Amino acid sequence: MAIAKVLGIETEFGIVGGPDPDPITASSIIVNAYAQQGRTRINWDFEGETPDLDARGLTGLTAFAPVIETHLANTVLANGARLYVDHAHPEYSSPECRTPLEATRFDAAGEEVLRRSLNAANASLAPTDAIALFKNNSDGKGNSYGCHENYLVRRDLPFTDIVRAMVPHFVSRQIIVGAGKVGAETEAAAAAHPDFQISQRAEFFEEVVGLETTLKRPIINTRDEPHGDAERFRRLHVIIGDANMSQYATFVKLGATALALAVLEDEGAATFPPRPRDPVNAVRLFALDPTLRVTVECEDGRRLSAWDLQEQLWTLVGAYVERGGGDAVAGRDEVALILAQWRELLDGVRDDPASVADRVDWIAKQRIIRGYQERYDLTATDARLRAIDLQYHDLRPERSLASRVGLRQLFGSSDIADAVASPPPTTRAFFRGQCVMRYPDQIAAANWDSIVFDLGDGPLQRVPMPDPLRGTAALTAHLFESNSTAIALLAALDG
Amino acid sequence: MSEQERIQKQRVSRASDAIADVSVDTTKGEQLKADLDELLDEIDEVLEQNAEEFVRNYVQKGGE
Repeated sequence: MAIAKVLGIETEFGIVGGPDPDPITASSIIVNAYAQQGRTRINWDFEGETPDLDARGLTGLTAFAPVIETHLANTVLANGARLYVDHAHPEYSSPECRTPLEATRFDAAGEEVLRRSLNAANASLAPTDAIALFKNNSDGKGNSYGCHENYLVRRDLPFTDIVRAMVPHFVSRQIIVGAGKVGAETEAAAAAHPDFQISQRAEFFEEVVGLETTLKRPIINTRDEPHGDAERFRRLHVIIGDANMSQYATFVKLGATALALAVLEDEGAATFPPRPRDPVNAVRLFALDPTLRVTVECEDGRRLSAWDLQEQLWTLVGAYVERGGGDAVAGRDEVALILAQWRELLDGVRDDPASVADRVDWIAKQRIIRGYQERYDLTATDARLRAIDLQYHDLRPERSLASRVGLRQLFGSSDIADAVASPPPTTRAFFRGQCVMRYPDQIAAANWDSIVFDLGDGPLQRVPMPDPLRGTAALTAHLFESNSTAIALLAALDG
Repeated sequence: MSEQERIQKQRVSRASDAIADVSVDTTKGEQLKADLDELLDEIDEVLEQNAEEFVRNYVQKGGE
């Protein structure tokens, strides 16, 4: 049986500006600006043990000294997300969500969090030190940073099956969810002298399977940090993806991938589209071909395009849903929306790109870059075209191009503001967010699978949350209603 | 109506459908172009004045 596809997205934002040349300073200013607005000042807890109690803590509480990293800004937000400085970027890791639509809303909330941080930070900086943030994945000079997805999968699913089933999807999905890029910046891709690529990230992948995320990036990442009960769960950490400005692209990216994983858990890997013989080369070739015509040789001997691979996967998933599958991902209506949008984007990119320029980032970006190039008769390497590429992802409202190209929205601004202010009700993020909101002074630290309380006297008390589906509003809302203090909450959990 | 007349009529109506399709397409194409022109005007207003410097200064450390 497929298990609930709890999921979320982590995004590292590009950053420039600040009072000194070190991007870590600017990143810290951004994270602290949000924290200092009183929205949160709770530290992230790096303790990594696997505890054995759930968020309801029906048995006794255990206490451990938290390990708090103090040299880099690192906070937990009231919506259950984590906002911190990762390497030299501010990073927003969304709370765990139950469905792709919910995860898309909390990804949009992340943009809003960073926008608010940016406003707060720039209000206190000299204009010459103003910071700018970008939701993209490369600087055009060979440096890439990530937008990672996470999906809960069954621990007993053989990893080799994940590799077999998911590689065809991860190499080909860029044709509908790629964010587009002017030019190339790695030796292998630059050799093809492309004016434009479908994906920001594709050319940075060098292995099929591996543990690395910063060097020799793999299509399938083997990082095994379940942030939950390791006996039951695996967290599939997907590093091959572009940060999307289009909410529909994010939704289809998450929805298609989650559904494919559900098919895999229910029916095995045998019926999945074939693997390209050279997946690393396939990722790059597909990215280099906005006409979508290029084919690669697959392990069954056929030559298939990225479009063919997506078409086969869509058909496989569609049949699974017809047979009644999909509950692990979302309710019937949402699953139907995933399939319908996935289909529309696929047909659109091949037959009528203009019809999906309101949902496919690379098409939207290519449209303005081509248009601008033709209007002013520019060469393909003109800095203005690269500036358009960058500003497509710019979070400054006065510079943002994504907000001007007519992208269709899934959520209104009040839906997104709600997701900034409060956690998703459907996962343990609810418990985390409620605690942060209600008892900020009593929380010493928190992380994905536990919260550490400091009640002032006695030892610190850790509430473990090894199951992402416990700690939901359904299971814990009454505890927050009936216990106004952290002491009372812990007593109730302990009782 | 004789069979021939019917066919003729079908042809005529198909032909006029085709004309209608073409004119819709032309309108759509013109509309798309007008929309794009308007968008490009807006991009001119918000694009960084010194694009070259903006692009050159956009240097990131790797992440992840």
